[in-house]
Amino acid sequence: MSSYLISNARPEGGEPADLLLTDGVIGAVGPVGTLDVPEGTDVIDAAGAVALPGLVDMHTHLREPGHEDAETVETGTRAAARGGFTAVFAMANSHPVADTAGVVEQVWQLGRDAGWCDVHPVGAVTVGLGGTQLSEIRAMAESRAGVRMFSDDGKCVHDPVLMRRALEYVKSFGGIIAQHAQEPRLTEGAQMNEGAVSADLGLTGWPAVAEEAIIARDVLLTQHVDSRLHICHLSTKGSVDIVRWAKERGVAVTAEVTPHHLLLTDELVRTFDPVYKVNPPLRTDDDVQALRRAVAEGTIDVIGTDHAPHTAEDKECEWSCAAHGMTGLETALAVVQSTLVDTGLIGWERVAQIMSRTPARILGLTDQGQELAPGATANIVLWDPSGQTPVDPTTHASKGRNSPYRGMTLPGGVRATFYRGHPVVRDGEPATPLTR
Amino acid sequence: MSVPEHAEQSPRSMTSRVILSTPDIDRALSRIAHEILESNKGSRGLVLLGIARRGYPLAQRLAAKLEQIDPDFHAQQSTGQLDITMYRDDLRRHPARTPQPTVIPDSGIDGRTLVLVDDVLFSGRTIRAALDALVDVGRPNAVRLAVLVDRGHRELPIRADHVGKNLPTSSHEKVRVLLRESDPQPRARGHEDCVIIDSPVVSDDDVARAPGTAGKGPRA
Amino acid sequence: MKHLLTTNELSYREAVRILDTADQMAAVSSRSVKKLPALRGRTVVNLFFEDSTRTRISFETAAKRLSADVINFSAKGSSVSKGESLKDTAQTLMAMSADAVVIRHASSGAPQQLADSGWIDAAVINAGDGKHAHPTQALLDAMTLRRVRSGATGVASTGMDLEGMHVVIVGDVLHSRVARSNVWLLTTLGARVTLVAPPTLVPVAMDDWPCEVGYDLDAVLAEAPDAVMMLRLQRERMNAAFFPSEAEYTRGWGLTSQRVQRLEDMGAPTVFMHPGPMNRGLEISSEAADSPRSTVLEQVANGVAVRMAVLFLLLSGDESSPYPSEN
Repeated sequence: MSSYLISNARPEGGEPADLLLTDGVIGAVGPVGTLDVPEGTDVIDAAGAVALPGLVDMHTHLREPGHEDAETVETGTRAAARGGFTAVFAMANSHPVADTAGVVEQVWQLGRDAGWCDVHPVGAVTVGLGGTQLSEIRAMAESRAGVRMFSDDGKCVHDPVLMRRALEYVKSFGGIIAQHAQEPRLTEGAQMNEGAVSADLGLTGWPAVAEEAIIARDVLLTQHVDSRLHICHLSTKGSVDIVRWAKERGVAVTAEVTPHHLLLTDELVRTFDPVYKVNPPLRTDDDVQALRRAVAEGTIDVIGTDHAPHTAEDKECEWSCAAHGMTGLETALAVVQSTLVDTGLIGWERVAQIMSRTPARILGLTDQGQELAPGATANIVLWDPSGQTPVDPTTHASKGRNSPYRGMTLPGGVRATFYRGHPVVRDGEPATPLTR
Repeated sequence: MSVPEHAEQSPRSMTSRVILSTPDIDRALSRIAHEILESNKGSRGLVLLGIARRGYPLAQRLAAKLEQIDPDFHAQQSTGQLDITMYRDDLRRHPARTPQPTVIPDSGIDGRTLVLVDDVLFSGRTIRAALDALVDVGRPNAVRLAVLVDRGHRELPIRADHVGKNLPTSSHEKVRVLLRESDPQPRARGHEDCVIIDSPVVSDDDVARAPGTAGKGPRA
Repeated sequence: MKHLLTTNELSYREAVRILDTADQMAAVSSRSVKKLPALRGRTVVNLFFEDSTRTRISFETAAKRLSADVINFSAKGSSVSKGESLKDTAQTLMAMSADAVVIRHASSGAPQQLADSGWIDAAVINAGDGKHAHPTQALLDAMTLRRVRSGATGVASTGMDLEGMHVVIVGDVLHSRVARSNVWLLTTLGARVTLVAPPTLVPVAMDDWPCEVGYDLDAVLAEAPDAVMMLRLQRERMNAAFFPSEAEYTRGWGLTSQRVQRLEDMGAPTVFMHPGPMNRGLEISSEAADSPRSTVLEQVANGVAVRMAVLFLLLSGDESSPYPSEN
């Protein structure tokens, strides 16, 4: 029997309390100093820290199989734990693509073996992300991995008929399609947001309309076939307006925003440092402000990191040759605090909602995103919102060094992460994985 | 890129003394003009090239005087400017000045007796650069050097043929030549053209301890 | 100034200084001895990731006239196709002790990356990057315009700017680094710049640019501008549906013989500029290209002078050391 006492934490930012974790579940919650603590209980002093349900990331790239030089399931999930996540969804754009039961089961098993957090593989919508033929979605759903979310992320399911079929098909088992909204013809050769900065720099623009047109089409399709749609990494003000309109009409759509789109703008591209190259691209300050408000008002449902580690070779090169993507697991909560909490837009309860409860609900996870109450699985992150820390990617657990926050100072820090009652992170650093 | 200019105000912690005033400079140039004619045995074949920037107005003034003394001498046809920026030996260490035009009289310099004119002769490096620059322009029969002030401290085996004033200086002092043509800021009467020495100020303490040493050099 | 990457970063004073220096360099080019010892013992590397014989020869001539050693490093395609990385190439150049790297690259920003990377400590000169910037082209255009003004007014060009001159830049602004660099430099020097192009070939969101934008070439030419600069049109643009046909482009935005005639009839002072190479019959007619108003060859000659000036100013000392005594 293992037991841990989290002493003097503030559950979702509320009044300080003690939480007793016994054998992987929350045994008791009570005012500080009031709980019966068994002999041999490991006491974690959480004074000043906010206790949140373990974070759930709907959008992670773990790179395995195929790009183990950039990240592995083991390093990626260790990074996730260090960032406070207890479940991640691994996108399908590995090599081979996760478009068969075999690949998704492999990733799922690697996640279990690593023991840092739950790993839920995302299945590809189309074979090889090719955009022409549906992959064996049902086989993946019925595999041990139990895939519920399907996405060609990195590429858009741009064929409207194929998108319609996919939305219809996943209804049989309550699945969801996550769309990477990018009209391919409007973004041929695109290098950055199309706007004043791209005009100055002579980089081919990625217009907002290329995202908005697909979202508009897909919310209409979703309503037409009465299915569920998740929009990955919404990045523009116009996309927010369309999603708000769709929700008012009762469309079953959920929307995600990345931490980097809540903080960074395309002005950074003037440095030509490829660490700022990402897809969808960094947008304008106007978009950033609209996205923050959309999270506050509920139009945007979840934060997804779009953690996209790359090797130095893929980033230390000319802008146009560099790979898209930035790491994000280990900085996500800090950026959310900085852009949403410290700005007064939302409180910790809403943070628990957008980073844990809602993603768990969308994906039907029953042992994630639970209330911090007796009986719940002990997936908990202790977040200390005080202090400011300079971001140094070389200290990150992820293999990726491509953090756009390098050199910036961000607030707060993870003190501990409990994954199924086991402290996978203590004192801010990875401790031991869960063994089963 | 900053464009270094002569400071017209003496820097703080410096004292400035006027060594030559407008009439002094005029007299010096008259004397040099006579010397040039004497050593050249007339004005035949003479060409004056002023080194940019302040050597050029001095060359023009000398030429005007030569023309007054010897009407056979055509000042305008025998005077030019030589820019030596691109021939300096310290380009690597110091930002370059914007090059000035090099203007060679239409008759050229081949076979002529060429008088280089400059304001101050110091290390000799400017003259070294000027001799290099001349090679690319032509081949005079002889090259002479006329300067308004020779302040010593030569670093190269170079000597002036005609000197307006020999001026013993400390290497820490700065000699400035201000001319109407190149430095048009208003100045006191009689100082429209002038030569100034800037010396580092020696603090009162030093003066008190070692009277009579003021101006001889800076503190260690 | 350690590098020359764009014209936006050039102040008025720096721009005039480069042009003044270039004037003196041009004077050297007309002497019988066309060489200066200023960069003796210095090494200039021409690092060309993209073919451009004209620009490379211009830089090479400039460096050699200043007595620098020149190494031509043609890396065409190697980096973009993931052969040798820009980083490895840069470090190779450092091992050769390059003092200046003249870089031409198809990727916008590559020169800035090279300058900012810390991979090298040589001066970086942008010889054209992607659709971003081509500062020496803009400088040679400014030098040409200044000489046009000097010729018209009889005032020496040294110290002169372009205040009040009206320059019209016509064509594929969207894909043109020449247009971008000229907009910033010419307006810094006081010129009024009007861009004229089909709406498909103008960037969206260029409200911040210090220039006017129009679609009607004839209306702008009716103002009798001081200069019309025709941009080179890449023929492949037509396939990407930027305009329906070459003939329609020429009718709308080409410097045709009819337009030349109309300027003649007006007695306009307009000179015709083109960065080369020209597509005769497409953006510029032979009548315009061969007219006495054409400054195309002066532009080429001024290119050498401007590049000498830039190399000289970048490689002659750093500003940290005080200027020594004049004497």
